[in-house]
Amino acid sequence: MKRYSAFAVAREALRYHMGWERAWTSPAPKRHYDVIIVGAGGHGLATAYYLGKNYGITNVAILEKGWLGGGNTGRNTTIIRSNYLQDPSAAIYEKARSLYEDMSQDLNYNVMFSPRGVIMLAQTEHEVRGYKRTAHANALQGVPTEWIDPKRVKELVPIINLEGPRYPVLGGLWQERGGTARHDAVAWGYARACSAMGMDIIQQCEVTGVRSENGRVVGVNTTKGSIDCDKLGMVVAGNCSHLSDMAGFRLPVESVALQALVSEPIKPCMDVVVMANTVHGYMSQSDKGEMVIGGGTDAFNNYTQRGSFHHIEETVRALNETFPMVSRLKMLRQWGGIVDVTGDRSPLISKTPVNNIFVNAGWGTGGFKAIPGSGWAMAELMATGHSPLAEEFSMNRFKEGKFIDESVAAGVAH
Amino acid sequence: MLMLHCPFCDEYVEETELQAGGEAHLKRFGPGSSDDEFHDYLFTRENPKGVHFELWRHINGCGKWFIAARCTVTLEVFGTYPANCTEPPQWIKDKISEKRPGWTWREFAG
Ligand SMILES: Cc1cc2nc3c(=O)[nH]c(=O)nc-3n(C[C@H](O)[C@H](O)[C@H](O)COP(=O)(O)OP(=O)(O)OC[C@H]3O[C@@H](n4cnc5c(N)ncnc54)[C@H](O)[C@@H]3O)c2cc1C
Ligand SMILES: [Zn+2]
Repeated sequence: MKRYSAFAVAREALRYHMGWERAWTSPAPKRHYDVIIVGAGGHGLATAYYLGKNYGITNVAILEKGWLGGGNTGRNTTIIRSNYLQDPSAAIYEKARSLYEDMSQDLNYNVMFSPRGVIMLAQTEHEVRGYKRTAHANALQGVPTEWIDPKRVKELVPIINLEGPRYPVLGGLWQERGGTARHDAVAWGYARACSAMGMDIIQQCEVTGVRSENGRVVGVNTTKGSIDCDKLGMVVAGNCSHLSDMAGFRLPVESVALQALVSEPIKPCMDVVVMANTVHGYMSQSDKGEMVIGGGTDAFNNYTQRGSFHHIEETVRALNETFPMVSRLKMLRQWGGIVDVTGDRSPLISKTPVNNIFVNAGWGTGGFKAIPGSGWAMAELMATGHSPLAEEFSMNRFKEGKFIDESVAAGVAH
Repeated sequence: MLMLHCPFCDEYVEETELQAGGEAHLKRFGPGSSDDEFHDYLFTRENPKGVHFELWRHINGCGKWFIAARCTVTLEVFGTYPANCTEPPQWIKDKISEKRPGWTWREFAG
């Protein structure tokens, strides 16, 4: 792999940019791999990357039914934060956030991590109490966050209307080192680094069956033939129940559509991320100037990557009250992704009833921010059989009643 | 927007008139059941890519519960029926079999 650098840009500028090589190879599948990862979204690619980087396991294939990063990783609104309430969540999301800080250097790929700060608005007394509690919890967890009053909110977000008719802004939870990153670049950067380690990223290769013998996985059937493996990682987000069905077990997950939309590009007007959870809307401004807006989930199971229109209406209506200038904006595009929601709104990084099959799913509406931490923990679990970061996220927690109840922090989409 | 037929009002109503109630025909387990049964009843879901049975309540209408058989991949609605039954009526099973040959009721969980 040729390194990207300012020097490389200058060199290529002098020769009509003919010297760039492909960022990753597209090989045909081999007969056998030590590890197969199903799903080339951020979490699958990060898992493969840390298997190679931290454990030297590089005989790895990442199988993707569409194109890499074409799932939720390429459809999300890219909010990164780690101000969760429960200790296991704070640990893994803060690990992820801290890995984002130098990801561009680590991968030699510009992922445009922009720690511009994230505000979660409190618009009811319940939220005020909830976020103050989270700020205290974060202080104990070593995650820097802060409760701020409406005056400070207005300083940070001049376009905000504090006196909303329904829900006035009563303050907010502020995480200064939260922000956004370029979603595609995260997938592409990991893919390039995996390919450079000799891993095979095989796109347009759908897993259609899982073969196991005596309770152990031996391989998978795919649209590109059958492939053997010693260990299998299922990292397919909204399709996780479908994959687990192939392997003969069920998950505590339901798949629903979550939507987002972007406006026409406008001049810079808001340089932080604002989330308004009571009214189900959140917004940031992309480097291109578009206002990136996320909405709520549908209430019914769905695999179509399309959501119901009335949710868009709700979201925009709510944002209009909080940001009156939005009412004059034209919206350019709207899309949906299929998110995997668990009973307690926390993810699964877990062993499964089938030996040597591991599952990473349930990130639901908020897993982009977790990609590096999740990959780190999943790689550790797959390589060594145990990961302290992943321990509490076992799928057995539902049986034991050890929920990681983040429905306040993560029940809304972000 | 999803539109479903309320079998009580005999009307096609929009999603905004309805409240979703999750997977239907779950077998209830309570005190005396095994841990596994109770866990599965509370938390594991079929979440199928295809035919799905789900509870809906006509909350901004008659207020009654009914069940919809729907395809989660095409959003096709096979039909709706009152919720006071433990498995889908034969007519709806036949209708689904006609449209999804080879489909069987509770193949996975059973
Ligand atoms: C509209 C929207 C907004 C969001 N906003 C945010 C946000 O602001 N912040 C945040 O942190 N999170 C956000 N999220 C959530 C976040 O996008 C996801 O949690 C995260 O991207 C999941 O990554 P993943 O790698 O697990 O899944 P994906 O990126 O979906 O990757 C899974 C891959 O598996 C592939 N696959 C599926 N089945 C098979 C098969 N049988 N064989 C082979 N491959 C298969 C799919 O094609 C897909 O590429 C948002 C999600 C949506 C939809
Ligand atoms: Zn009715």
